[in-house]
Amino acid sequence: MTDQTSLPRGSAPTLTRRQAYEQRLRRRSITIAAGSTLAVVLAVVLLVPLAPGWDAVKRSFFNGEVFAKTFPGLLDAFLINVAIFLWCAPIIAILGLVIALFRDVRSPALYPLRLFGAIYTDVFRGLPVILVIYLIGFGIPGLGLPRPWNSPYIWGSLALILVYAAYVAEVIRSGIDSIHHSQRAAAASLGLSDGETMRYVVLPQAIRNVAPANMNLFIALQKDVALLSFIGPVEVFRQAGVYKSLLANFTPYVGAAVIFLALTIPATRYADYLMNKQRRRQS
Amino acid sequence: MAKLDLQGVTKSFGDNPVCRGIDLTVDEGEMVCLIGASGSGKSTLLRCINLLEPIDDGRILLDGVDISEPGLNPQPIRARIGIVFQSFNLFPHMTAAENVMLAPRRVLGKSRDALEAPVKALFERFDLGQRMHHYPDQLSGGQQQRVAIIRALAMQPEIMLFDEITSALDPELVGEVLDVLRQLRTEGMTMILATHEMAFARELADKVCFLDAGRILEEGPPEILFSDPKEPRTRAFLSRVL
Ligand SMILES: Nc1ncnc2c1ncn2[C@@H]1O[C@H](COP(=O)(O)OP(=O)(O)OP(=O)(O)O)[C@@H](O)[C@H]1O
Ligand SMILES: [Mg+2]
Repeated sequence: MTDQTSLPRGSAPTLTRRQAYEQRLRRRSITIAAGSTLAVVLAVVLLVPLAPGWDAVKRSFFNGEVFAKTFPGLLDAFLINVAIFLWCAPIIAILGLVIALFRDVRSPALYPLRLFGAIYTDVFRGLPVILVIYLIGFGIPGLGLPRPWNSPYIWGSLALILVYAAYVAEVIRSGIDSIHHSQRAAAASLGLSDGETMRYVVLPQAIRNVAPANMNLFIALQKDVALLSFIGPVEVFRQAGVYKSLLANFTPYVGAAVIFLALTIPATRYADYLMNKQRRRQS
Repeated sequence: MAKLDLQGVTKSFGDNPVCRGIDLTVDEGEMVCLIGASGSGKSTLLRCINLLEPIDDGRILLDGVDISEPGLNPQPIRARIGIVFQSFNLFPHMTAAENVMLAPRRVLGKSRDALEAPVKALFERFDLGQRMHHYPDQLSGGQQQRVAIIRALAMQPEIMLFDEITSALDPELVGEVLDVLRQLRTEGMTMILATHEMAFARELADKVCFLDAGRILEEGPPEILFSDPKEPRTRAFLSRVL
């Protein structure tokens, strides 16, 4: 092979042959990736404005003036999303944990809990979120409850809590299952009860193992808070709709999208980072 | 009265009989070694003794009291019988000291403060004083196994069971773990070991039992069993491993 002669010996004397080869490979793929990305971006930038409807789209979706005028109001409305998220998240975490534990009980006296846990997770993971929100959000206030108990904030949040707790429960349960039975045996051999074993040995490890997966669920929750707008609360999505009708312009939706992405992209990246770190640790 | 007395212990997994009528007595302060081919039931027998596996038939007497009675709460008995596994099984989310203190705190109800001094003394006794606050993945295999032994000892058990505790170790780490056993031996701990370390069994055991297909085929003091085995199967096994 000619590898020997093409090695940049003088410039990097510490590289082994293998490393030098890999470095060349890496440089080549970076160049190719950059080139092809540039080509795609250029094509989009040059070709899209040539489309016959581009000017109309630009005016109604990417109108700078409308954006500047509505963005502060959208941010205000987004605080409602944040508030709903903040009161739902801890309840979901606790309820999810409780349901996961229900599904792990061994004693026959507690079998109903186990059954309940199984049915609960099956039902709420089997329904579209929006359907649960409609059923609970319209159904329960329909009973004619007095204020404030007819608030869509309460019942909409309850719907989100019920659905997301089912997903969190499944994730935690998979974490519990992933703990090797020898850990339980070691705890039992020291005289710990099943409950103590779960609490001090299994759960701490299980919850740590599934933290990234749970984080992804909570990111999804942050987005799904927008679904509550269908039953009343004027959060950011609904507010964008109000502005759209007022100004006859779709730019506020783009503004809302920007707000969501500003939050969810960093959070998703972080969850991925955690997930990769975990995978590396386990291998 | 024997410290531990097994009478006709049987245990099957499904239709796979693993212990087929095991009789064994272990006296206070005695060290008994179980030897035998892989799959002969050594681990299962140890797990039955500390009630990690329920036995099908027979009796296990600890100080003359039947601990194998079906329906008996196993927790207080397990706290009296320590076991150390081949694969250490330390809790990876706790430091060595936390591993050791968990059961004394939760099962015996001792406070962290009250445990501080005796636990430190245990670590120092086994030459691990510097490693108390390390996590298991920061310890070598030999150190992890010694922590696992300390964890069992911290419950002040009356009997210690060791299941091939050196088999998962690099050869150069075996010595430090065997030294711990020597130390326990001189302190008069009652011990049962499943082991492949024949030289060690010969050096220290009071009694060696050869397990074959779920039975104790032959037992006796190591000088006799190793040099003059009666059963052809014992002879065949020993000629393979010695
Ligand atoms: N939990 C279990 N479920 C089903 N079968 C089991 C279980 N544990 C052990 N066995 C079976 O019991 C038999 C004896 O296993 P055991 O681990 O007691 O042997 P051993 O003498 O300790 O062998 P080794 O020297 O390989 O550790 C084997 O055939 C094994 O497959
Ligand atoms: Mg074994």
